[in-house]
Amino acid sequence: MTRRTKIAAALVFLGILHGFVVFAGFLAPYPYAEQHREFPYSPPLSARAPEVVFLLGTDAYGRDVFSRLLYGGRVSLFTGLLAAFLSLALGLALGTAAGFYGGWLDRFLMRGGELVMALPWLYLLLAVRAFLPLHITTVQAFFLLVAIIGGVGWVRPARLIRGVVLSAKERGFVLAARGFGASNAYLIRRHILPLTLGVVLTQATVLIPQYILAEVALSFLGLGVAEPVPSWGNMLAEAQQYHALVEHWWMLAPGLAIIPVLLDYLLLADALLEKGD
Amino acid sequence: MRYIARRLLHGLLLLVGVSMLSFAFAELAPGDYFSELRNDPRVLPETVAALRTQSGLDRPLPLRYAAWVASVLRGDFGYSLAYNSPVGPLLWGRVRATLLLTGTATFLAWLIALPLGIWNATARGTWGDSVSRVVLSFLLAVPDLLIAIVFLMLAVETGYFPTGGMVSPGALRVQDVAWHLALPVAVLVLGMLPTLVRHVRASMAEVLDSPFALSARAQGIPRQRLLFRHLLPAAANPLISLAGFSLGTLLSASLLIEVVMGWPGLGPFFLEAIMARDFAVVLAVVILSASFLVAGNLLADILLYRVDPRIRMK
Repeated sequence: MTRRTKIAAALVFLGILHGFVVFAGFLAPYPYAEQHREFPYSPPLSARAPEVVFLLGTDAYGRDVFSRLLYGGRVSLFTGLLAAFLSLALGLALGTAAGFYGGWLDRFLMRGGELVMALPWLYLLLAVRAFLPLHITTVQAFFLLVAIIGGVGWVRPARLIRGVVLSAKERGFVLAARGFGASNAYLIRRHILPLTLGVVLTQATVLIPQYILAEVALSFLGLGVAEPVPSWGNMLAEAQQYHALVEHWWMLAPGLAIIPVLLDYLLLADALLEKGD
Repeated sequence: MRYIARRLLHGLLLLVGVSMLSFAFAELAPGDYFSELRNDPRVLPETVAALRTQSGLDRPLPLRYAAWVASVLRGDFGYSLAYNSPVGPLLWGRVRATLLLTGTATFLAWLIALPLGIWNATARGTWGDSVSRVVLSFLLAVPDLLIAIVFLMLAVETGYFPTGGMVSPGALRVQDVAWHLALPVAVLVLGMLPTLVRHVRASMAEVLDSPFALSARAQGIPRQRLLFRHLLPAAANPLISLAGFSLGTLLSASLLIEVVMGWPGLGPFFLEAIMARDFAVVLAVVILSASFLVAGNLLADILLYRVDPRIRMK
């Protein structure tokens, strides 16, 4: 397989996975919070009545796990995407500014970055979350997660982009353009930013899966999206209960659903890093 | 020597910066330990105010920071309102438990990753390498959280392993701890292994492809000697940095696993403190884990400086 087809295949597969959660409202057989109290912990594919079938079984309240998986994927996958977008946007802005202008701005940003990097990542996330209100609505929680996860992660992309910008601004054609009187804004937009594209793309394939896991971890620990709205993290928290561990293995579904997503991003990252043909 | 002193100073300044930043951030946080109390209609507002005065929460920020630094230097790490005790004594037992877990896991992970990565690099293109790469890539895509829950499931199902804690009452100590340690360590090792092997393989492969490796082989140096005397030292630099990072994350790598598997380490302690808004504990854990990370990186830098003359020249 060539690099092109690998990238295309990975993207198509990602598109399908995201399609499932985007069209959750259309695909899910039940609303995510609908309880069938008479059928708690039904095993997968169990037909309780001719018209009541649970593809992946039900949870303690008789809620359909498959429907919750689709809706929960919305929260988890899109937190990852949006947070990575935020990190990269911040990293691009700050990294370019630091690399291009240099001087005190560069020193200030890089010292600040070192402070952030001195903290273990998950502890930093949790600490930032700790200092914010605990009881909030679902929408607030979603955007708070995006803001925290994305906001905390700007340092690594910023450093990499700064490196690219540092070498880019000494390139011959950039110096030539400057000699012809190009403004800084024009140079950055026309000549510098396009050169950072490669780093931005590879960073995206690394950050998105990492951030999906971060959302799962935070919601799992009860610091993210709260019941009854599902996310893969808070669904997994139910799988951890003793009786679920003993006989309700289908409660692991959200954990298993993460695997193809992460695998796909890994393949995409590998294909992007492969040498072009 | 001057280099080491400079790096030490830099690390120290970094920690001071981190502590000031976290302190300021905790200050901006809405609510404190007594916020819940304020909502309780049975408690008079004056009582809450008195409690806050007593615990020093209403003093100005710089004063409190100074008091906090003094208490860190004494080893107290602030005063936990939830436990009604200095944080230090609460901390050490949990730090020990976490270090026992992550130390064992990190050691084992490196013990497996080094030979495996080296072998993978020498066996590139064979089916053995392909299989190990596929398995490790798959492992990389399986969240630690899932592995932990599945292992817990197996422990419950089979009854061979305990489902939480560090000791069971009235048991032989060392064996008992080892028995409790087995599952969480296995989860951590499986989590660390793919990244470590990838790095070892990549840095070894780079050296194997270099001209000096070819010429050394052409001169008939035996394979073992070539690999371990000539090539491994040349490939060591990125691995030393990685090992430094490994050491630095000793306190933080196992947070989730500890929570899931009921290991009485820093993870559950930290989480409880967050839920109770016990900021003294949050700050103490943050500072401690940051110190480890800074120290780990520092150690790696110093080691690199010792072993690589190219860095010393600069």
